[in-house]
Amino acid sequence: MEQQINNHLIESLLREQFADAVIQVEESYGMLDITVQRDKIIEILQWLRDHSVLQFNFLTSMNGMHFPEVKNKELSMVYHLHSFFTNARIRLHVFFPISDPHVPTATGLWNTANWMEREAFDFFGIRFTGHPDLRRILNVEDMLYHPLLKQYPLEDGTRTDKEDKYFGR
Amino acid sequence: MAKQENIVNGVVQTEEELKQYNYLNLGPTHPATHGIFQNILKLDGEIIVDAQPTIGYIHRAFEKLAEHRPYYQVTPITDRLNYCSSPINNIGWHMTVEKLIKAEMPKRVDYMRVIIMELARIADHIICNSVIAVDTGALTGFLYVFQWREKIYEIYELICGTRLTTNIGRIGGFERDFSDDVWRRIEEFVNEFPKALKEFESMVMRNRIFMDRTIKVGPITAEKALNYGFTGPNLRAAGVDYDVRVMNPYCSYQDFDFIIPIGSNGDTYDRFCVREEEMWQSLHIIKQAMQKMPAGDYKADVPEFYLPPKEDVYNSMEGLIWHFKIVMGEVHVPKGQVYHSVEGGNGELGFYLVSDGGRQPYRLHFRRPCFIYYQAYPEMIKGAMLSDAIITMSSMNVIAGELDA
Amino acid sequence: MYTGEGYALTKLEKVVGLARANSIWPLPFATSCCGIEFMATMAATYDLGRFGAERLSFSPRQADLLMVMGTIAKKMGPVLKQVYTQMAEPRWVIAVGACASSGGIFDTYSVLQGIDKVIPVDVYVPGCPPPPEAILDGILKIQEKIKTEGFKRRDSTEYKQLLASYGIE
Repeated sequence: MEQQINNHLIESLLREQFADAVIQVEESYGMLDITVQRDKIIEILQWLRDHSVLQFNFLTSMNGMHFPEVKNKELSMVYHLHSFFTNARIRLHVFFPISDPHVPTATGLWNTANWMEREAFDFFGIRFTGHPDLRRILNVEDMLYHPLLKQYPLEDGTRTDKEDKYFGR
Repeated sequence: MAKQENIVNGVVQTEEELKQYNYLNLGPTHPATHGIFQNILKLDGEIIVDAQPTIGYIHRAFEKLAEHRPYYQVTPITDRLNYCSSPINNIGWHMTVEKLIKAEMPKRVDYMRVIIMELARIADHIICNSVIAVDTGALTGFLYVFQWREKIYEIYELICGTRLTTNIGRIGGFERDFSDDVWRRIEEFVNEFPKALKEFESMVMRNRIFMDRTIKVGPITAEKALNYGFTGPNLRAAGVDYDVRVMNPYCSYQDFDFIIPIGSNGDTYDRFCVREEEMWQSLHIIKQAMQKMPAGDYKADVPEFYLPPKEDVYNSMEGLIWHFKIVMGEVHVPKGQVYHSVEGGNGELGFYLVSDGGRQPYRLHFRRPCFIYYQAYPEMIKGAMLSDAIITMSSMNVIAGELDA
Repeated sequence: MYTGEGYALTKLEKVVGLARANSIWPLPFATSCCGIEFMATMAATYDLGRFGAERLSFSPRQADLLMVMGTIAKKMGPVLKQVYTQMAEPRWVIAVGACASSGGIFDTYSVLQGIDKVIPVDVYVPGCPPPPEAILDGILKIQEKIKTEGFKRRDSTEYKQLLASYGIE
């Protein structure tokens, strides 16, 4: 049964329930972009999943982000939710400082969050409290740094055919 | 008696367990793991009790690489995600950028893209289904059906120049219109392929040995599949009719008439049959697109992103200036974040693009269906035997490029 | 004065070289996209079996030719080296594709920039992915190399130094 739901309804219901946890709501390219507080994120995700009208039953994707210029909000986690019943999509952001990269885990709500959180830990160093098995997933186990942070270079130092002098560097 | 906790290859067990079980390394290099990922299986005799997967053996850092490449150079990177059906990845990426810059595509571009994407879907399912048959021992089907993949390669070669990793199209359409040779070949393919597909089906689908090997093997229920984030043929085999082409239609898919096949048990036989039927539906869509092909331009009017043809670059001032601006990165890219998803061969392939107005994406995240549903693999093979584990893995169509990115 | 090997030995070498070249047992170490082009080479249109390489061996103990097709990440490097050391002499290595030859388009922190950083390579086949005709050309070049190799190469100091430079016993 597909109910017609629009972004206004989602925003008003969410603000009604979590008035203090919702920091900012904007709409980009048809999808609601909601910034919430870090400690309430799991409660909000659960409420969105179990709500009788909204029914966001599917966690599409989770990924981390790094904004080195923004002080005290360098790291971010982005959650994409999708409702199969109302065909609505929504995006949630949480921001937190790089000195305290802890976020509660979503593996209690959806099993699919397990590897996505491991990937975010591997790439950004975000630690998920309560995750059953938080270790690196894509990189070598004993890698010393978290590669997708903006301060680390892309290239490997051992490539010998890209001499700088031929490329004007 | 004191119980010691030991960790063997990441799996915690007690002393008693260490004595009872065997550990088998279904290692990264194995003929049956199509792609390189490792599983350490905990066996009780021949029954699998637990599995510990390790991936990342082909991690090529696409997401970091995309942050250092201009938008049109990210297309070859997206090729290598699900390399069996690379046009779908390319066109998905182009549509994401077109969504960011708010560009409208002419109908003709949409229909041409639909034909290419459905051909790619047929190519992907050809590999998956014939490889399921190979893993049960039926090598003939693979040899017969792969010749039709060569015909698809010839079509790609005429359009974009390469066979496998296509880098097809542009942001804003295609480089050139399809030639008459391409239309003739697509027509031939659509007319001749059904015979070969029927032959493959008659060899395999009602074959007693194949059915015994695949029915009730590697099942998953619909709720578990949704919880694990399954999409695509694996989810449809479990009984949920979720298809991005129908839920969030893109590229004029709403103009076409096709059914979504679903299974009932979510086991290997259902996955095989769902992919088989999807190939028939793709042929049906291509026929409709060829019949209804509108006249029009093969590109949209986005001079800021679409490289002008070389005659214009060398002979006209505007062409020269636009070429310079695009290659040097002087175009205006809007700031913002956009999420777009397409129905890939394995499910919902999503692109989350964050742009800060610069020449390169600020952050590009690929929602890769293989990565997400491979987590459920240990649960699907609990209680099965080793050969069932192999068949389950090949029926899930795990492509290493999409798993690791 | 003829000071080379005797007449009987050179004739025997030619026969053995011919036999070895026309009955290669390859080990397809297919990791990514080049693996699909290899599947196309094995299939009916560009048949690899007509060159004698019909029987693929997935066990390194029974293989002659290690065909590395696809990107080798740093996580996979030790595995590749282990597979190579398990092969018995005489053994040859063909690096198929740009990624195996030099890292390809992936100049990143996680990709080995060419497999010749860990194992000695005989023939490089460039391309991304190389079409099946190029892979067959690589096989023909390997066959040329095998025909002219002779018996003494594997015991020569040059070869031993080559292996020592890679740290292979």
